Amino acid sequence: MKDENTKLSRADEVRAFIARTPLAQEMGLRCEVMGDEMTMVMPYQDKLIGNFMIKAIHGGAIGAFLELTSQAQVFLVTEHLARPPRPINLTIDYLRQGHAKDLYARAEITKMGRRMCSVRAEAWQDEREKPVTTLMAHFMVAGD
Amino acid sequence: MSNDPASAPEPWELMQENIEMISGGVPWGRRMAFRFTRIEKGHAWGLQPWKERLVGDPDTGVIHGGVLTAFLDNLSGTAAGSALSKPRFVATLDLRIDYMRPAEKGRDIIGEAECYHTTRNICFTRAWAYHESRDKVIATAAGAFAINKPRPADSMGKIG
Repeated sequence: MKDENTKLSRADEVRAFIARTPLAQEMGLRCEVMGDEMTMVMPYQDKLIGNFMIKAIHGGAIGAFLELTSQAQVFLVTEHLARPPRPINLTIDYLRQGHAKDLYARAEITKMGRRMCSVRAEAWQDEREKPVTTLMAHFMVAGD
Repeated sequence: MSNDPASAPEPWELMQENIEMISGGVPWGRRMAFRFTRIEKGHAWGLQPWKERLVGDPDTGVIHGGVLTAFLDNLSGTAAGSALSKPRFVATLDLRIDYMRPAEKGRDIIGEAECYHTTRNICFTRAWAYHESRDKVIATAAGAFAINKPRPADSMGKIG
């Protein structure tokens, strides 16, 4: 791992955030940080099911997954924040059924302001081009 | 079950009758320990208890926003299904959540949802989450749900 020290420490803080957040642990989340980019993984687990008959992952679990992904991504690129940012609002689009498989997600900052930040995130399974669920959110990024 | 539509109970009546099963039949709902408390036509009420494993900020012990999303999604979907005159599954099309204030550590969250309009294909909903009353709301939600095509008769009664 040869990264500049500051980046590395922030990446570690993001990993620590996932590791010490009970909900993220409950959902079994893993994050892979590469510089200022990050991919979050939610490995398939039976407890994530929302509908037995069609073996679909619960929409609320996918929403929470995308919210945590966005929160972690904003935290990754806001060195001045001591703690992960708080969401103001979010909109979730459910595009496809989440099958009984691992889910991946990435978030992208659309606009970083001084107080607020706008984020888009996508979750997918087999094909990145066929997102299962997308999210748009705003977070508070004013320093504490 | 009678085939006479006049004597058949409305979906919301069956939902209220089977409220325990609706609460317990969804694995992720069960993990969140969330349950429905009352269902009427186009309305649903529920309770989301505080649980250590649902915390989003270990420093404050506040439940993560994602739990509220799932809670309000569940309630809204149920309110949507209960508004229909025939039993149909509904699927979340989109859901918008506004966070007004953080939930308090260790306190249960009450939620209610209403379906205020339905078309042939879509149910429109709004929902609230709070500790005491809607005057001091924690989060609100606005949703749209797609009404699925009728299910084969032999699949009925296998909810969740």
